[in-house]
Amino acid sequence: MYEAPIREPLILGDKTNHEITEDICRPIEGKANKYWWWCFIASVAALLWWVFCVSITVGEGIGMWGINNIVDWGWDITNFVWWVGIGHAGTLISAVLLLFRQKWRLSINRSAEAMTIFAVICAATFLLTHIGRPWLPYWLLPLPNQFGSLWVNFNSPLVWDTFAVSTYFTVSLVFWYTGLIPDFAVVRDRAKTKAMKFWYGTLAFGWTGSSKNWQRFEEVSLVLAGMSTPLVLSVHTIVSMDFATSILPGWHTTIFPPYFVAGAIFSGFAMVQTLLIIVRKVLSLENYITTLHIDMMNRIILVTGSIVGIAYITEFFIAWYSGVEYESYAFINRATGYYWWAYASMMTCNVISPQLFWVKSLRTNITFTFILSIVVNIGMWFERFVIIVSSLHRAYLPSEWGTYHPSWVEVGIFIGSLGLFFTCFLLFARFFPVIAMSELKTITKSSSTQAKRAALEHGHTHAAHH
Amino acid sequence: MSKYIFAIYNDEDVLMQNIKPLRSNGVRIKEVYSPFPVHGMDHLIGHKRTRISICAFIYGIIGCCLALIMTNYMMITDWPMDIGGKPSFEFYKNLPAFVPVIFESTIFCAAHGMVITFYLRSKTLPGVTAFVPDVRMTDDRFVMQVECNDLSKKAELSALLMKHGAEEVKEYGK
Repeated sequence: MYEAPIREPLILGDKTNHEITEDICRPIEGKANKYWWWCFIASVAALLWWVFCVSITVGEGIGMWGINNIVDWGWDITNFVWWVGIGHAGTLISAVLLLFRQKWRLSINRSAEAMTIFAVICAATFLLTHIGRPWLPYWLLPLPNQFGSLWVNFNSPLVWDTFAVSTYFTVSLVFWYTGLIPDFAVVRDRAKTKAMKFWYGTLAFGWTGSSKNWQRFEEVSLVLAGMSTPLVLSVHTIVSMDFATSILPGWHTTIFPPYFVAGAIFSGFAMVQTLLIIVRKVLSLENYITTLHIDMMNRIILVTGSIVGIAYITEFFIAWYSGVEYESYAFINRATGYYWWAYASMMTCNVISPQLFWVKSLRTNITFTFILSIVVNIGMWFERFVIIVSSLHRAYLPSEWGTYHPSWVEVGIFIGSLGLFFTCFLLFARFFPVIAMSELKTITKSSSTQAKRAALEHGHTHAAHH
Repeated sequence: MSKYIFAIYNDEDVLMQNIKPLRSNGVRIKEVYSPFPVHGMDHLIGHKRTRISICAFIYGIIGCCLALIMTNYMMITDWPMDIGGKPSFEFYKNLPAFVPVIFESTIFCAAHGMVITFYLRSKTLPGVTAFVPDVRMTDDRFVMQVECNDLSKKAELSALLMKHGAEEVKEYGK
């Protein structure tokens, strides 16, 4: 495939295929450094706190939370939607960017997909604790049961959610694992110790890299990408329908599906930035995850952030333009009522801050990107909080009016879920190849620094011959 | 069973350019092992196009049908429920509400069916011992598996492979 020589290279530092293998296997084969251990200890501590708070919730019941008869969805559903949304960027990078043949995905897809898996696990834990009796989750499934022939209600978006999230999780998991198999084989064939040879040999499923297997591998990747694309859009569409199919002012709007999907990609890319800016530094992968990659992701943050901003303004306008007084009240109350500070945080973090990425020097500034990626995720958390709590606390009748404050148990479960997420991610970064090196090697002849230099000297890239 | 020797190349383009000349010299190439997918290689060594996406399509249709049968049986035939006065006694009227579940089931069956087929057909399964003629083949070398039934011709064949760009010729496990 032709690539313009003036386009910036995606692999810096004159890396050969062998050096790519060395650089990406080094963190797995060496010892963990002290930063990794400190992060790991902190994450496991938060994870233990999660176990404690979840135990209290399961042992004592949902009464340990701050939710009440009026505001009956609180931090639990806020966190569920937040985590599911974060997961979406991984699928967008690995599936949508594959369909668009965006080669810059190759350095980041592996860790973004890992982020998807762990984020969806975190989201699922909120659903399980939210149902109050987490030993009965099979009630969500259409199984024959002892209550007569009563089935789940297929008209309910909550049942759609069960199907959507479980399909999304399992498909993302096999997509990720299938991509990992050739890289496990790389580690297997380099292994110096018996234990490494055994473990990575087992994980690699006997992969050899024959051209027939690669042919199937590429077809499977392409078709999985083609199916994951509508799948990922359907997941957050259905999550938004949990709200949009109700009649509550502020929830009952038709723009929810696209608005939620854009918000999900927005927050997911922000989380990818947060993680990768740390990963490239700690694992010395600056030659693979370059400023160009960070710039590209920032552009997506800018686009999706602008869509989210437009959606907020449209919602507000339609609330007034519809002439429905309940709808107008819901929105004016969001901005000026009891939870105005949450609305103000959401607007600042999600609408104003991403607009700074119009400036190229800010888009390519790593420290600034890191800070802004966290700001965006704070904003997106507040978006879900605003939608859920501000609508619930002022429903149609004044008798349905109330307030909500989270209890320390709810806060603990949220902080603990970050511990769960980072524990999983740190283990991934320690034991799995964090960059899809087998796929990355397909561009050493077209998009490395040496290929670009040769192209500028001879007027074409090597790969352009074919 | 056929016997094979393995020619090691250090560049995928050199290997690809030499497939045709080698074949016209009567060399029978069984397979090529590479650390990454090389486009056009499967075609050059005579692999047919994979039919795995057709399998995926069939699995998808099965998933779709299963979900249609499930929703119809559970909500229309077996236990119709009057939920908020919504039409739930005729399948076609209730169908729009079932679309999300039918869609997800289609994707679920297509994706998992295809991946399981891929693992089975490629013999990529837990507990399988890998066929590794050279450990560098997952790093940066390209290994051509060549049929060599008459071992007395091995030296001659090796020389031919070396002349056609191979950097080394070896037998399995040596």
